[in-house]
Amino acid sequence: MRALQTERLVKQVKHTYENVVPYRKKMQEKGVEPGDITSIDDLSKLPFVNKDDLRDEYPHGFRAVPLEDCVRIQSTSGTTGRRVVAFYTQADVDLWDECCARAIVAAGGTKEDVVHVSYGYGLFTGGPGLNGGSHKVGSLTLPMSSGNTERQIQFMTDLESTILCCTPSYAAFLAEAIHEAGLIDRIKLKAGIFGAEAWSEEMRRNIEKNLRIKAYDIYGLTETSGPGVSFECEEQTGMHVNEDHFFAEIIDPDTGEALPEGSKGEIVFTSLTKQAFPLLRYRTRDICVLSRKECSCGRTLVKMAKPMGRTDDMLIIRGVNVFPSQIETVLLNQGYPANYLIILDRVNFTDTFEVQVEMTEEMFSDEVKFIEKKESELLAALRSMLGISPAVKLVAPRTIARSEGKAVRVVDKRKI
Amino acid sequence: MILEQISVFVENRAGAVADITQTLAEADIDIKALTLADTGDFGVLRLIVDAPKKALAVLKLAGSVASLTPVVVTSMGNEPGSVAKIARALADAGVSLEYIYAFVAREAGSAYAVIRVENAEAGDAVLLKAGYGEDFKL
Repeated sequence: MRALQTERLVKQVKHTYENVVPYRKKMQEKGVEPGDITSIDDLSKLPFVNKDDLRDEYPHGFRAVPLEDCVRIQSTSGTTGRRVVAFYTQADVDLWDECCARAIVAAGGTKEDVVHVSYGYGLFTGGPGLNGGSHKVGSLTLPMSSGNTERQIQFMTDLESTILCCTPSYAAFLAEAIHEAGLIDRIKLKAGIFGAEAWSEEMRRNIEKNLRIKAYDIYGLTETSGPGVSFECEEQTGMHVNEDHFFAEIIDPDTGEALPEGSKGEIVFTSLTKQAFPLLRYRTRDICVLSRKECSCGRTLVKMAKPMGRTDDMLIIRGVNVFPSQIETVLLNQGYPANYLIILDRVNFTDTFEVQVEMTEEMFSDEVKFIEKKESELLAALRSMLGISPAVKLVAPRTIARSEGKAVRVVDKRKI
Repeated sequence: MILEQISVFVENRAGAVADITQTLAEADIDIKALTLADTGDFGVLRLIVDAPKKALAVLKLAGSVASLTPVVVTSMGNEPGSVAKIARALADAGVSLEYIYAFVAREAGSAYAVIRVENAEAGDAVLLKAGYGEDFKL
């Protein structure tokens, strides 16, 4: 494996240096040349790439091949400011499909299976990723996308879906709806591949019990390709990293120093094979641990633990990435004070998301309909910025703590 | 006649109305009439008080969001059909109501209506013309 990784890294560094100007500059600033990288062990000589770098170079800065060689884009959720557009050549799509196919196979999938994909399709990578993986396995693929629960259940029973792919919270929701409809005995599911948001072991057991399946975790991010960077096997003790394509390191988030196996730190990925959007040492901000302990499934790919938190203030709410600063921007644009409180909780395995906003003289009226109109304008602006709808609660002025030093902006009551 | 109604934002929390009315009580402000409009997540408390400008000042000082709105206050009969009559008079003149509430003054024993219309002066004129002239004495 290390020989393959070395061979691929050497090639990838050269490709990136020649074609990605901002990364070439980073290497020059660090005094590193492609020739200095002769082995995977030299990886730590390379500079990191941050989300801010990608944002600053939006949309084309990190694209490494001519547009005519690209066949697809996917994009992260979030604002225009925070958005990242990832490009794919046909080979990039193929390797992504391959990674997702491995996840499906690890969950027991074969060409006999009916793979029910209820991740969103579109710019979000969930739907397209598992869709491609399922094609590669040769399974019958149901491109359901998210929402329309009644139709989801109808197809699940009529077409006898065997593997469900969606966010864990949607799986829990579907399970509940299936039981309410009294249709659990007509469900043929045997496994589920759930990712894009944090979920607890308790939630896994609950979904497994209610859907009578085995539930597998999957991990990925748009910047590296999408889901399938790592995936769980039947042992359910961490996710095997597809390290022939994505090399994983753990670093100290403060010093950037690479840490030995078993240390807790920020997980950093280097895409060894991607052509159009080859990120070297991409900082995910996810806190994680890597383990090379032997796995009973026989795979020798390194395993990463479920991410244990973030090094930045990003929140994952119902599978969507939310930065508190986005909420601040909307409030300021809409004429509210930039004083707000985000309250997150998890009720029946679904995230609840409330934004408390202070009432102002300008927004106030003796007429309720005027205030409600302002409130719905704020809600629409938040929805369009975040891609997810919070509940807005108007509170009395000066009741939310002013920012003195580090203001508490988020109260996360979710037990994950 | 036209009076200034004070409207106060009420957040959805136990004790919110108690806090507002306590502030008014401490400033020795007499509430003549009061109504709370509520939605699922907040309310608007509307009051007719003896000193609206002072009420506005003390509430703002206490950190509330409040405003003054001109409203038409008129006496009316205190028998069935009284509200219907004034509402009809306004409707016939093409004045639409934003909201209305009623109260009985302890001294006179007469009933009064507080009416919010877009143009308070026009609404007041309609009612005067219809014979509702009696002033409400604070």
